[in-house]
Amino acid sequence: MTFETIFAGFGGQGILFAGKSIAYAGMIENKNVSHLPSYGPEMRGGTCNCHVIVSDEPVASPIIVEPTALVAMNAPSFDKFEGQLVPGGKAIIDSTLISRDAERTDIDVYKVPATDMANKMGLPKLANMILVGKLVKETGMFTFEELKGAVTKLVPASKPELLENNLKTLEAGYNYEG
Amino acid sequence: MGNKVLMKGNEALAEAAIRAGCKHFFGYPITPQTEVSAYMAKKMPKIGGVFLQAESEVAAINMVYGAGGAGARVMTSSSSPGISLKQEGISYIAGADVPCVIINIVRGGPGLGGIQPAQSDYYQAVKGGGHGDYHLVVLAPSSIQEMVDLTADAFDIGDKYRCPVMIMGDGMLGQMMEPVEFKDTDTASLPEKDWATTGTDMKRKKNIINSLFIEPKDLEDLVLARQKKYDEIEANEVRYETEDIEDADIILVAYGTTARIAKTAMSKAKAKGLKVGIIRPITLWPFPYEAFEKALADGKKKTFLAVEMSMGQMVDDVKIAVNGRADVDFFGRTGGIVPTPNEILNKIEEIAGGDK
Amino acid sequence: MEKVFTRPHALTDVPLHYCPGCPHGIVHRLVAEVIDELGIEGSTIGVAPVGCSVFAYNYFECDMQEAAHGRAPAVATGIKRVHPDKVVFTYQGDGDLAAIGTAETVHAAARGENITTIFINNAIYGMTGGQMAPTTLLGQVTQTTPYGRDQGRNGNPIRVSEMLATLDGPSYIERVTVDTIPHIKAAKKAIKKAFENQIAGKGFSLIEVVSTCPTNWGMSPTEAFDWMRDNMLPHYPLGVYKDIDAKEEK
Repeated sequence: MTFETIFAGFGGQGILFAGKSIAYAGMIENKNVSHLPSYGPEMRGGTCNCHVIVSDEPVASPIIVEPTALVAMNAPSFDKFEGQLVPGGKAIIDSTLISRDAERTDIDVYKVPATDMANKMGLPKLANMILVGKLVKETGMFTFEELKGAVTKLVPASKPELLENNLKTLEAGYNYEG
Repeated sequence: MGNKVLMKGNEALAEAAIRAGCKHFFGYPITPQTEVSAYMAKKMPKIGGVFLQAESEVAAINMVYGAGGAGARVMTSSSSPGISLKQEGISYIAGADVPCVIINIVRGGPGLGGIQPAQSDYYQAVKGGGHGDYHLVVLAPSSIQEMVDLTADAFDIGDKYRCPVMIMGDGMLGQMMEPVEFKDTDTASLPEKDWATTGTDMKRKKNIINSLFIEPKDLEDLVLARQKKYDEIEANEVRYETEDIEDADIILVAYGTTARIAKTAMSKAKAKGLKVGIIRPITLWPFPYEAFEKALADGKKKTFLAVEMSMGQMVDDVKIAVNGRADVDFFGRTGGIVPTPNEILNKIEEIAGGDK
Repeated sequence: MEKVFTRPHALTDVPLHYCPGCPHGIVHRLVAEVIDELGIEGSTIGVAPVGCSVFAYNYFECDMQEAAHGRAPAVATGIKRVHPDKVVFTYQGDGDLAAIGTAETVHAAARGENITTIFINNAIYGMTGGQMAPTTLLGQVTQTTPYGRDQGRNGNPIRVSEMLATLDGPSYIERVTVDTIPHIKAAKKAIKKAFENQIAGKGFSLIEVVSTCPTNWGMSPTEAFDWMRDNMLPHYPLGVYKDIDAKEEK
């Protein structure tokens, strides 16, 4: 299996960390993985994205042309990448920030009010992890335990509270049924 | 997962250098290699090493010359416009037989160009960007693991042959994260640096690190001796990877980032029933002519397609390698545009269609 | 018979290539005497420049590196950072230090790089045949200022010691000359202090030696010293421009 996910949103939403958590989980599960961020002036307050591949095969091109999944955290990102998804691809979108419906009918769209949920949980910076939870649930890339294990290793041991919050939001996303 | 860690190319490369015993780094800020410097700035003080942000690229490479001449494993890192500035120093370093490692995280050019991935510094790296009869050993990794492995090798090659070694990556390799494993390095077999300026301690004759030889005969003798060293490097240090070159009608030739995209294009072409293989040079100098000999051994008609992020710089070496024995074609994007697998596939199909 | 005058050990036994009457020989000797007196030949690494003193690597008995034009302070920085316990010096002329190598000079000084720089200012490019240097005086005729250096056309000469003394990095900067026995003695004292400062870890020291170029000035050696005293010393006054020890004494 090969999972090719594009994470996209504004700078500061934790797009790169969301992608890193998936790449990290893949690495722990002995998959081949790559994590390719956009860089340069693009990153200065504008849009931000990263391409994450998790595969049983060696990763050839790390650039994703036809993503099997999209995590979109703002409207411009959904506009930009919706058309690129493979038929049957999964779009996990933050419906707090993206109001429109999908234009395509051959993809599965999962609307998660991640920003609202995170705000209500008092963890406004962790909307990204809610979407990661939902992504893993809907793609079946990893079990929840595998994901949890990866994030536990990824968050510095010196910040137990941050880890706890990350796991809470992951779980909220994983269990969210919209 | 073994001892794998998920790391950004630029940081993995810096860590690999430190593990290879590099304790001196001199650099100047430029995108997209900044993480190399930042990593060194953070780590060097903790291991008793030196990170120095120089006043210019020119100063940085000359500090490298000084430190390398003084016997240290030393590295500098920059990107295309900065590497242009370093060419003076690189020529002196080659002319004084000083080992060092130079990182070029290539960006689009010419001039200030852009900051996105490119391979348009091939001529500069391989054909000698500075003045005089010299070569750089040029290593072109195409994964983060290879960045790590080749960084360690670069220091060994430099010390073994007393020559500057360049690692040529690009912004994509620099920024990308992949799992890497660091291997233990063993430098025991490398020659002692009895030529370095370490102070005579009044126990030996003085050492001179120098590239000035005012008598033409002296200079010619030295250049000829260095040429022998280059011959040795060509005999011993050629690295490349091939995939399915036996029986292929079309053989892609690509290095670094481009090779990975070319491999995706190759899979797509194979799925369509086309016979496609790939040669991936890992050393750009010395160029892996041997791989082409293998590919040409069956005497069948075939096409070599060079794929580059430039307007066709490596394709010249492909032509030299093929030497008229097969067709050579080229596909490239430039200015910081990374070619897509489908673009390359289209070119492959165009070549295959033309055969029919 | 007792030998009362001999070649310093730190000076190699080869004929210098300098022109008759060139003060480079005197300054080389002073540096070598200082190295001998401090007993540091075995722990000293010198950096030669590009210019007339390009062959300095042949003249000093210690380990030497030859730098590209203007880059000696950067090369010395590289060496010193590898061997902080060794003594590292550069020997540079005015074109090397104050034109093509200005950035390297200023920044090595600003960093307080713990090296010693011997700077020969003779107001001209000697090796290439007498072109205008950054220190060429206004009105001075050279190959590239055939009608005299003109402020509007060619800009103004740089006072290196004064300029570097404005920086916080240097520990010691003095301008000396070598035209008379007392001046030569004073020059040696200054050079010695510049090396001692480095050994004591005090940071960057520079000794500017106002010098002559009889060949390219088109004068006899004595005429050249006369011209230097009449024209250069008024513009480049001798003296200590920076000395962190002096401050401490106050």
